[in-house]
Amino acid sequence: MPFEWFVALRYLREGRSQTVLIVSAVAIGVGVLVFLTALMNGLQENLLAKTLGSQAHIVVHPPDAQVRALHLDESNEVSFTRSEKPSQHAQSIGQYAQLLAAITAQPGVLAATPIVSGSAFVTRGAIQKSVTLRGIDLASFDRVVAISDKLHAGRFAITGTEILIGRELGQDLGVGVGDRVRVVSAENRSESFTVAGIFDLGSKDVNQRWVLTPLRAAQTLLDLAGAVSSLEVKVTPVFQAEEIAQRIARRTALVADSWMHTNPQLLLALQSQASSTNVMQFFVTITVALGIASVLIVSVVQKSREIGILRAVGTQANRVLRVFLIEGALVGFAGSIVGSGLGVGLAKLFVSLQRNADGSSMFPIAITWQILIAPIALATGVGIAAAVVPARRAARLDPAEAIRNG
Amino acid sequence: MAEPVLEVRHVVREFGEGDARTRVLHGISLTVRSGELSALVGPSGSGKSTLLNIMGLLDRPSSGAVLIGGRDTTQLDDRALTELRGRTLGFVFQFHHLMPAFSALENVLMPAYADRGRVDSKLDARGLQLLASVGLTERAHHSARDLSGGEAQRVALARALANEPALVLADEPTGNLDTHSAEAVFGLLRRFCKERGTTFLLVTHDSRLAARCDRIVTLVDGRVVSDARRGAADTAPGTFSET
Ligand SMILES: Nc1ncnc2c1ncn2[C@@H]1O[C@H](COP(=O)(O)OP(=O)(O)O)[C@@H](O)[C@H]1O
Ligand SMILES: [Mg+2]
Repeated sequence: MPFEWFVALRYLREGRSQTVLIVSAVAIGVGVLVFLTALMNGLQENLLAKTLGSQAHIVVHPPDAQVRALHLDESNEVSFTRSEKPSQHAQSIGQYAQLLAAITAQPGVLAATPIVSGSAFVTRGAIQKSVTLRGIDLASFDRVVAISDKLHAGRFAITGTEILIGRELGQDLGVGVGDRVRVVSAENRSESFTVAGIFDLGSKDVNQRWVLTPLRAAQTLLDLAGAVSSLEVKVTPVFQAEEIAQRIARRTALVADSWMHTNPQLLLALQSQASSTNVMQFFVTITVALGIASVLIVSVVQKSREIGILRAVGTQANRVLRVFLIEGALVGFAGSIVGSGLGVGLAKLFVSLQRNADGSSMFPIAITWQILIAPIALATGVGIAAAVVPARRAARLDPAEAIRNG
Repeated sequence: MAEPVLEVRHVVREFGEGDARTRVLHGISLTVRSGELSALVGPSGSGKSTLLNIMGLLDRPSSGAVLIGGRDTTQLDDRALTELRGRTLGFVFQFHHLMPAFSALENVLMPAYADRGRVDSKLDARGLQLLASVGLTERAHHSARDLSGGEAQRVALARALANEPALVLADEPTGNLDTHSAEAVFGLLRRFCKERGTTFLLVTHDSRLAARCDRIVTLVDGRVVSDARRGAADTAPGTFSET
């Protein structure tokens, strides 16, 4: 065993109660940190999932301009002309297949899907509801807005004249799977559909307004043959959506709005959560550092005669330095290992205590390896940093003085 | 005459600054020769410990030089001094200064561990042999804090010998012991000196112990006032006989 480790480990064992106290202090700090980070991350993920559950990360749509040549990229490799529709739903995107391919090829883009959308009414007997008609390509749409696992009833399939509607809309209209409804578009075209499935996207508003039909049916109803209204994109990581949106906008000359752009208040909430986590982390770090430093300074003072003896028998100053750095690192490491366990335990306990009436957990908690490894690395590093001052003091002790005065 | 192990030349040591400056050693010159058991005596405050610290490379003189094995140490940096100290010098202090967190055996081997930079069980045999030579084999694995004063000082003596030093500097090693333990420790010094040829410089207040050494150096107010070898011409009056 290296000499420094031998001495450091023995000193920690010797100062048992001091070691236990400081390791506990580090553990409590790290435990609180892990617990709160898990809670914050859980809340953030929950908030993001709620908001982005039904919303694409980026919506690409035509600019307000009139007929214009659009390029896919600077080299003009692919260009096309958008067909101009002088109706109220004005702009649309023609020949979207190449665009979809180009957008999908962008780094960070997971999936993209074409959407045809416009206002419409759904009627069932005497009841009439104003809705947003969304023509979708089911397979790619599911990759952008995971909807197949949010199906409340029926099948996840739409062909010909089948539609998917939200839970609340179904209740409002009094229809279920297999029932027929009539959709009348703002263009005054109408078509009869069979309800194939009922979805629940977790938002009452969306569940009330969205009517999902096959792309072709929506194109007919909205008089958009061969064109789509927008392209919707899913990206990773979600916080890079704005950057990716700007890149898409530059390359396609279309308008690309990220969720961050359309939900500034959500972004602000997430950012302030993140910065409150940082502030907390900062203070916990300072506290841990001061705790370790003070214990080690006391230890160096108590041991100064022994350090003098070590130096007298031929121990190099840098070995003495390392003894105390190792002590700091070990205290930080041990404390953070215990603290991580404490934090996870606390989080689990919290989740089990805070339950909704239906037994589902009220606070989602996200425990990942990162939120454990980061504090362990941090506390170990802080332990070493906190040990620098006491370790240097120990290494610089004048051996003759130290032996004489203790 | 045996070869010099350690030499101090015109060593001056002053403490403090400005008006508070006091000179503790006034130009000491002394040669310690191989195989000698020498006593350094003198009244309290005469500078014995200060001189021993300088000879032990634990402190630097204000002026003058310390030569070890003929080599001037004045220009050496802390790293080189530490290495030289660990390999060629051993220390015994008035208080044993064992490290309580370690066993007797580990304390004995501490200089060897420090020199190698690692703890090596291959050294255990040497440590046990040293403990046997001070009669403490059965205490090897006891914690240093469980030893009696006399036992601890014998362990400290074994520790001083761990790296087979050319010179052991002992500052009042018996000053804190009862007569019986003091006699045991002094007996060991004499035996090591005779059987192994280890060189010792011993500070003592006990004139009867000093009288049993090969040589007595007397320090008064930071000056060597007498340096007498048994059976040789003295610089000061006095006769020496074994008791
Ligand atoms: N570090 C120091 N600072 C100031 N004075 C010192 C220091 N070390 C020793 N002295 C002084 O030097 C003198 C000699 O001390 P010391 O060498 O310990 O004497 P001895 O060991 O002979 O009793 C004393 O007056 C003591 O106060
Ligand atoms: Mg003294």
